[in-house]
Amino acid sequence: MQTDVLIVGVGGQGTLLASRILGGLAVVGGFDCKLNEIHGMAQRGGSVVTHVRLADRVYSPVIEEGGADAILAFEELEALRYARYLKKGGIMIVNRQKIMPTTVITGAVGYPSEAERTLTERYGAIMLDALPLAVASGNAKTVNTVIIGLFARRTGVAYSDIERALELSVKPKLLEVNKKALRAGYDAVL
Amino acid sequence: MGKELMLGNAAIARGAYEAGVKVATAYPGTPSTEITEIISGYPEVYSEWSPNEKVAYETALGASLAGVRAMVCMKHVGLNVAADPLFTSAYTGVNGGLVVVVADDPGMFSSQNEQDTRIYARAAGIPLLEPSDGAEAKEFVRLAFEMSEKYDTPVILRTTTRLAHGQSFVQIGERVEPTPLVYIKNPSKYVMMPANAKKRHIDLENRLIKIGLDCNTMPINTITYNDKNIGIVCSGIVYQYVKEALPNASVLKLGTVYPLAAELVKEFAANVGRLIVVEELEPFIENQLKTHGIPCEGKSLFSRQGELSVNAVRAALDGAALSPPVDNGLPGRPPVLCAGCPHRGVFYVLNKLRTTVCGDIGCYTLGALAPLNAVDSVVCMGAGIGMAHGFQKASPDKSNVVAVIGDSTFIHSGITGLIDSVYNKGRTTAIILDNSTTGMTGHQNHPATGKTIKEEDTVRLDLEALCRACGARVSTVSADDIEAIEAIIKRETAIDETSVIIVKKPCVLLDGKRSSDVYYIDGGACKKCKACLKIGCPAIELSDGAVTVSKETCAACGLCVGLCGFGAIRLKSQNAGR
Repeated sequence: MQTDVLIVGVGGQGTLLASRILGGLAVVGGFDCKLNEIHGMAQRGGSVVTHVRLADRVYSPVIEEGGADAILAFEELEALRYARYLKKGGIMIVNRQKIMPTTVITGAVGYPSEAERTLTERYGAIMLDALPLAVASGNAKTVNTVIIGLFARRTGVAYSDIERALELSVKPKLLEVNKKALRAGYDAVL
Repeated sequence: MGKELMLGNAAIARGAYEAGVKVATAYPGTPSTEITEIISGYPEVYSEWSPNEKVAYETALGASLAGVRAMVCMKHVGLNVAADPLFTSAYTGVNGGLVVVVADDPGMFSSQNEQDTRIYARAAGIPLLEPSDGAEAKEFVRLAFEMSEKYDTPVILRTTTRLAHGQSFVQIGERVEPTPLVYIKNPSKYVMMPANAKKRHIDLENRLIKIGLDCNTMPINTITYNDKNIGIVCSGIVYQYVKEALPNASVLKLGTVYPLAAELVKEFAANVGRLIVVEELEPFIENQLKTHGIPCEGKSLFSRQGELSVNAVRAALDGAALSPPVDNGLPGRPPVLCAGCPHRGVFYVLNKLRTTVCGDIGCYTLGALAPLNAVDSVVCMGAGIGMAHGFQKASPDKSNVVAVIGDSTFIHSGITGLIDSVYNKGRTTAIILDNSTTGMTGHQNHPATGKTIKEEDTVRLDLEALCRACGARVSTVSADDIEAIEAIIKRETAIDETSVIIVKKPCVLLDGKRSSDVYYIDGGACKKCKACLKIGCPAIELSDGAVTVSKETCAACGLCVGLCGFGAIRLKSQNAGR
């Protein structure tokens, strides 16, 4: 068993928590696991990426280009930016949301016009309106957990396993809302 | 006790705890901050945020002298600040074990340079250990304490960002309380006046020879023979890249990077064909090998800049150039000041006034980016005030030069620059952005918050009184009042004296609560002049020519309202839709 998952988004969207939930899967399943994350300046609304590697024995904590079995993207431009990490035949799940970077807001460059089409046609991306599901679950910040739910469904992870992984990773105070978000993602109709 | 998935920094904290550390000190710095934050949760350990790394080091050294195990943690550039006590503590040695954790940042994820701590180890004559994952990090902290006491020396534990901020499984153990050592007055060891220091320098050199010999048999330096055509020498996180890229190569993994286990390396070299050192940043191990007369390859194959990777190792060994990063033509997404950040208004004003701004290290470094474009220089912690003073002395006719610095950074090392400007009849205007926390590293207390690392109440440092006592003119203004900020900056830069402007408002992320209000833009009233986009707020979006406020992002600070000449930005109480 070996699964490499790249989680990408905009600082503040919760890539760290998402990686910890997948790390929880290693605890539940008894695998080795390494997670890698970036703190500090990059978290302030910048482009962020976290690496999750599950296997019987993991060496490098970092996924190489062309090596990701899955990419979970919380924003469309970030999905495009890291798409080259996707392995041939890997799956990509993208939150259908555009967050304008300052480079676009200031008019220096344009936001890629056909982002969704490129993602679906070139990478077979599964697009999900995760934000409304997160809001309906009680917290707009749970887009990450919604996407994790869909990822679990699409990769055949048992709901009880991903729910257990969530319980291992989320503060008790936020567990209920995250459980709702996880269920919403798992049951999402595309 | 079981295995836990934990951050490298958490593993270091746990290792220190289990090794019986009694005193842990630090100034926050990415990627080292979490170590001391986590230690602060252990009731058996005294921990503190010190005002800077030099004081943190000295506090830990004092605790060591008193006879307990002490640890001081910092990022790589923090070691520059702590270098003074570092070098001489190599002469004095220790009493209780003293471990210095230094986190390097190859690739500069959150740093201003890529300096290599291993060079400090050699320059100071202090042993340096480098773990390759969390489990080793925990184990190496214990070893470092043991070595420190056995050889009477501080020991550096070096990590890098990938280890510090990577999670892996770590076996949890019990704390073992070491017997405290007795402090015995010993001026020839601890008073480093020349007559004593001369003798201690000889001791230091002898100690390094002894440790170097012992390194040859230390179990953390290991040889694994496979295909003997290629032999790799490596340490730290790079070991992981090597194992994945070259599963069949023979590998000498160094746990002690300085001093070198020279005999062990010679044995390895004699048994393999091509000997290659794989290391990030400087050719440190490579040069040590060459000094010992061991021919090898190294930086002829690898860059000194940035991180290595599995692909970089593979490409180098295949003789192929690593494909350069492709320009995918996509818009970049640099970090930004948060929506509601209290620093934004000051930078808006400084940009408007075309002021020359000597900046500093913190979130407010981001004031350099478009559209604020307000910062002219950022060098190191506390540099801004001294640089503004020097800039002004060199250009007496130019009045609009200011320094911008955060509250925590001002205490760290800005205060001396202010004293310099006052003392030497400067006319610097130092703007202290007082957001009541150490922001960029994730909200740590400091002397002016009036709370300790454990959130206990303490005497609050009064920044206004401090600056007045230095002899500077002091004005205080709310970060929300940009008209007043502009007026005060104009007034203070025009005056031929050193002055301080304290701009106050707590960091928007500090209380974790979100406003129940948001602003919105009335599409009918908006003339699309884009004046509101000049503050670079991530909540104000431009899409298909229409300017909107993201209700998920808006923090209702209201800074944008005054920028709109048409009254199109309006407040909406959030009763629905959120």
